[in-house]
Amino acid sequence: MSTTDTPAPTGAAGEGAAPPVLVRRARLLGGEETDLLLAGGRVARTGPGGSLEAPDGARVVEAAGLVALPGLVDLHTHLREPGREDAETVRTGSRAAALGGFTAVHAMANTDPVADTAGVVEQVWRLGREVGLVDVRPVGAVTVGLAGERLAELGAMATSAARVRVFSDDGRCVHDPVLMRRALEYVRSVDGVVAQHAQDPRLTEGAQMHEGVVSSVLGLRGWPAVAEEAVIARDVLLADHVGSRLHVCHVSTAGSVEILRWAKARGVDVTAEVTPHHLLLTDELVRGYDPVYKVNPPLRTRADVEALREAVADGTVDVVATDHAPHPVEDKDCEWAAAAMGMTGLETALSVVQEALVETGLLGWADVARVLSSAPARIGRLEDHGRPLAEGEPAHLVLVDPAARRPVAPEQHATQGRNSPYRGMELPGRVVATVLRGRPVVLDGALVGEQPDDAHLGASRGAPHGAAGAS
Amino acid sequence: MRHLLSAADLSREGALELLDVAEEMAATQAREIKKLPTLRGRTVVNLFFEDSTRTRISFEAAAKRLSADVITFSAKGSSVSKGESLKDTALTLQAMGADAVVLRHSASGAAHRLAHAGWSGVGVLNAGDGTHEHPTQALLDAFTLRRRLAERAGGDPARVLEGARVAVVGDVLHSRVARSNVLLLETLGADVVLVAPPTLLPVGVGTWPCRTSWDLDAVLPDVDAVMVLRVQRERMGGGGFFPSAQEYTRRFGLDGRRLRLLPDHALVMHPGPMNRGLEISAEAADSPRSTIVEQVANGVAVRMAALYLLLAGEDAA
Ligand SMILES: [Zn+2]
Repeated sequence: MSTTDTPAPTGAAGEGAAPPVLVRRARLLGGEETDLLLAGGRVARTGPGGSLEAPDGARVVEAAGLVALPGLVDLHTHLREPGREDAETVRTGSRAAALGGFTAVHAMANTDPVADTAGVVEQVWRLGREVGLVDVRPVGAVTVGLAGERLAELGAMATSAARVRVFSDDGRCVHDPVLMRRALEYVRSVDGVVAQHAQDPRLTEGAQMHEGVVSSVLGLRGWPAVAEEAVIARDVLLADHVGSRLHVCHVSTAGSVEILRWAKARGVDVTAEVTPHHLLLTDELVRGYDPVYKVNPPLRTRADVEALREAVADGTVDVVATDHAPHPVEDKDCEWAAAAMGMTGLETALSVVQEALVETGLLGWADVARVLSSAPARIGRLEDHGRPLAEGEPAHLVLVDPAARRPVAPEQHATQGRNSPYRGMELPGRVVATVLRGRPVVLDGALVGEQPDDAHLGASRGAPHGAAGAS
Repeated sequence: MRHLLSAADLSREGALELLDVAEEMAATQAREIKKLPTLRGRTVVNLFFEDSTRTRISFEAAAKRLSADVITFSAKGSSVSKGESLKDTALTLQAMGADAVVLRHSASGAAHRLAHAGWSGVGVLNAGDGTHEHPTQALLDAFTLRRRLAERAGGDPARVLEGARVAVVGDVLHSRVARSNVLLLETLGADVVLVAPPTLLPVGVGTWPCRTSWDLDAVLPDVDAVMVLRVQRERMGGGGFFPSAQEYTRRFGLDGRRLRLLPDHALVMHPGPMNRGLEISAEAADSPRSTIVEQVANGVAVRMAALYLLLAGEDAA
């Protein structure tokens, strides 16, 4: 890709001030070459490849060979701010998201303080606006302090400036059936959804990895599939009983897929997500005890991976969501039991989806747009995201080079986390450009208008990156 | 041998070599002067993050009898916490010029991490990691078993354990000894059956290279040895693995009646420390069939062999 343009105003200028952008010859959803003229934050015109003229002052993005998708929407991101700025901030997480092709992310509530009040969700939302690289939509906690004892003020969060629609105690399960029932009922009044982290706490006390053949050999305490499946089974029945909308986070087992399939066939209003890592990696990787593979829910078996891929292909699982969970190096550079759970994912999600679902023939690019953009936007009630790339629609888009292949180098990621499980793995696809509301925030695979000081923020933890930059 | 982390690290030839070296070491221990100059000038660090006086003393004696310099580091308590960083300790040991580290740790995989995380280049000998493995215990058990069975039947020492029938009884779920023994005995050609209540067999045990049974009485008449495992009540926080100590003893304890179900030549083994009256009765533990005291003595010879192959193996070969 190359770009030519007249110098454009950057920085805090309003979206209306962004100059028009002409994207030329992008393959829309992997189909025909199309020109897209973006102006005023919207898709102003579309036409066959090479048919549109660039207006005066427009930036031209040559996109021959690139696939255009609507900007990606992540339903499950841990931005860590407030409280764990040593792991990630809204700024570094937004940078990672933009570089990964996302134009909106849902920031999980398990911060410190917990996002369980209007004040905290508005703080996160404002930080996201200040950074301005992606739309940061805070998730509100279901219960006060994630303690699972009483409902947080869901209404106040919903009517705050942050307009929260997704509520989750993620990291913990809303285990008390009465509390879960009340939450499901209550969020109906704000058109919200409860996103459940399905994990029976008693069945997973001290659990370290998937319970099965590998855990038996490694002597690590098991996290049985049934601990997830039993909660999902209960919750779909509860949602059915009270007529509520339920979303299931990071589904990880073949059994969960079966329950969801049954629930959807029965007409239950349930949606579900799967993480990229559960679509690609298995518990066999734990054999070396490297905590980069420690995650919750844990990596499962090859049979689970296959079932999850099929479930995305047939729509049983609606969404791929990253569960991006950055951790400082010291929280992973230790023995398995002492290590934190979680993996980074924003900057590798699209590549993993291409590897696991596109290259296997299970999804086309239009399906990728569905599972990574339109479905998560609909579940999160983000009206102006996940829209078709058509005239009059909001100009959020990502341009992907599907022919690129490159090894994953976590040191070069913009997230502060270095805990990528794909280190050294060669993955297909590269995000070339990300456009938010008509404004390119990523071009040529790099953040636009990057100041050295900004770059320092993201690279400060990776000495090798700094060394490479000096050469 | 670069590290000894799991019994699965040993090939049949490697395991037999180690047992043969241990026989030679044992022979030197019968002499008046027990000390050998083999590891003079080498430093062995015993790094014990979990209390185990027996294993620590055994490794100390083994290293000292090979004339190694021995440094013992015992961290109080066994909890996994950020205060006791395995990594920082590894870096310290590297700086101190350790040639080998004997590691005991409450976390499964701790020895793997110490060997492979890139923190140091020191050879690592796993002296028990969580509920994972304890390879030198399996080696000393195999050593003891091989000696006793050879005394009775004679024959090629390399083949004595082929087809030997061994029952491993009790708390398999929490036992690093059981995991290492299943792997090593399989390597050496023995036929292993695990006997335990279903709650104390891990999910996935069906893929292990052994059989399982819930019926101790049915198994005992057909074995050459019975290894009784310690019931690790300290790892049974949630409880409920069996209804009561009395019921456990009735169904899975090795008592006098069950002792008489064994063939005449069969051995009674236990890795210690024993819960007398729970998994094993005094009559069984102290019977002439019991090798429990002998196992402790053999432990030193086997650990001498392991340290020798870890540190001097290349020079000797
Ligand atoms: Zn979660």
